[in-house]
Amino acid sequence: MAKSALLKSSIAKKYWMALTGLFLCLFLAGHLAGNLQLLVPNNALNFNQYALFMTSNPAVKLLSYLTYISILFHAIDGILLTIQNKKARPIGYAKTDGSSSSFASRNMAVLGTIILVFIATHMVNFWAKMHFDKNMPLMTKTIEVQGNKQVFYVGTQVGQYFPVEQVAKEGEKLEQGMMPKQFVIKNKTELHYSQADVKTADLYKDLYKITLDFFKDAKYGLYFTIGYVLAMLALAFHLWHGFQSAFQSLGANSSKLTPAIKFFGKAFAIVVPLLFAIIPVILHFKK
Amino acid sequence: MSAAKNININLKIWRQKNASSKGSMETYKLDNVSTASSFLEMLDQLNEQLINEKKEPVAFDHDCREGICGMCSLYINGRAHGPDTGITTCQLHMRMFNDGDTIYIEPWRSKAFPVIKDLVVDRTAFDRIQQAGGFVSVNTSGNTIDANSIPVPKDDADKAFEAAACIGCGACVATCKNGSAMLFVGAKVSQYALLPQGKVEATNRVLNMVRQMDEEGFGNCTNTGACEIECPKGISLENIARMNREFLKASVK
Ligand code: HEM
Ligand code: SF4
Ligand code: FES
Repeated sequence: MAKSALLKSSIAKKYWMALTGLFLCLFLAGHLAGNLQLLVPNNALNFNQYALFMTSNPAVKLLSYLTYISILFHAIDGILLTIQNKKARPIGYAKTDGSSSSFASRNMAVLGTIILVFIATHMVNFWAKMHFDKNMPLMTKTIEVQGNKQVFYVGTQVGQYFPVEQVAKEGEKLEQGMMPKQFVIKNKTELHYSQADVKTADLYKDLYKITLDFFKDAKYGLYFTIGYVLAMLALAFHLWHGFQSAFQSLGANSSKLTPAIKFFGKAFAIVVPLLFAIIPVILHFKK
Repeated sequence: MSAAKNININLKIWRQKNASSKGSMETYKLDNVSTASSFLEMLDQLNEQLINEKKEPVAFDHDCREGICGMCSLYINGRAHGPDTGITTCQLHMRMFNDGDTIYIEPWRSKAFPVIKDLVVDRTAFDRIQQAGGFVSVNTSGNTIDANSIPVPKDDADKAFEAAACIGCGACVATCKNGSAMLFVGAKVSQYALLPQGKVEATNRVLNMVRQMDEEGFGNCTNTGACEIECPKGISLENIARMNREFLKASVK
């Protein structure tokens, strides 16, 4: 009895909504810290280092799996709860008056669905490219060598630079033109000597460039930026109600605690989405 | 207080012959309603008019007409128990309305509260929840113990008393967008959970009452807080949080 109650009962579903929701708030804070690095001038290297860390560190990997599961669980449970709640009132009222509850609290499912659509497109645009795209660009740097500008691939070890014209893409012929190319890229980011086939270096995927190109795109950049800002607005409303609501669901409500939770929740709901939203706006309008 | 006057109003009232018929909103005109009369007296006046016209009077629930029985379940102009807060429908007065107003009167809408006739709904789902755990065991062997022999901290006693003020009217369910009964159940769980006498059955009480609540088809609370605002007895959301704590404690036991 007790065991199945922890999965199936109305209150238990609320615990899971609250726990996953609060975990996602932590995720938001972490993700925001990473994104803010995009605003530091000439920060491509740091940003790409950060992106590499986030996709390779085992502890971060564990956290990211927890995040995927939380989003799925939160979204599915939230939609199921909303369907159940609609069924609890098969015949609606002819006249309603919304004065006794807030807009956000009445529209959590709509707001959540907007966020879900955003997360899906966001993952296609950035996450999937970072993880699976064969044509993901690698980070390059232009350096002046003896008065000539030359483009180099940047290795993950400090001071590793490889002239781009010396590097062949995977499957590309090594001998084109006068001299055979010295290096070849394997497994998307590994740089190998072309003769001996020993790994020399790892290269950075250029998420920084992908992000800037996305929001600066001449044709669609403005729409992407507006869409991003609107999604953050939905997130703000979702958190405006959701943050304090999660504590109530978990049973943490007392005259001492609750005013502080409500205050922090509202601050979180404004500050976090706002900071997320200004990043694409600045990127888009920066020259 | 301003002097009473007479107003003319339009009424839109849900009419439904019986539990299985379909029902619809019907319009009535009622003249010369004294603003000094109560809302239920206004309905009495309407019914007199309908009877004189040889029409079926409007069925609505009421009993004490002084805010303690919880029978007068009317959804008026989009709000449980109508405009004004902290009152039941029988405590609502016609001075809250103006000449020429159109007033919507509907039954509580909840899958768990089916309409029996017109504005009367079946609220026995609440009784079944109460029967599932809303009681304490008492020693009936003759050696009756004075109630005050068990010390109870004043703060707990006050909170238990506030929770026990719930009259089971169902306004919380009616007003909740999810048709959730958690304010009612939260109050009923709390009034015992706070007192030493309630500790004996605490574990089974919360599990059984919540299970019965779910089986009756009430929705899930999303903490909109509308129930707390419309509750005539000022039952607070703290009671739902307490139920959630009790439920967690009982589930892991
Ligand atoms: C980063 C993303 C998200 C965060 C930080 C977040 C956070 C939260 C929090 C803290 C709550 C309150 C939980 C409670 O009342 O116990 C909540 C509720 C809710 N969320 Fe989300 N959420 C996110 C995404 C989503 C998505 C993608 C959906 C998809 C449909 C969704 C649907 C809902 C619904 C329907 C509720 C109300 C459920 C209820 O109160 O029972 N959320 N969310
Ligand atoms: S909690 Fe308030 S609104 Fe709900 S049944 Fe009790 S008295 Fe009525
Ligand atoms: S008739 Fe008893 S509370 Fe209104």
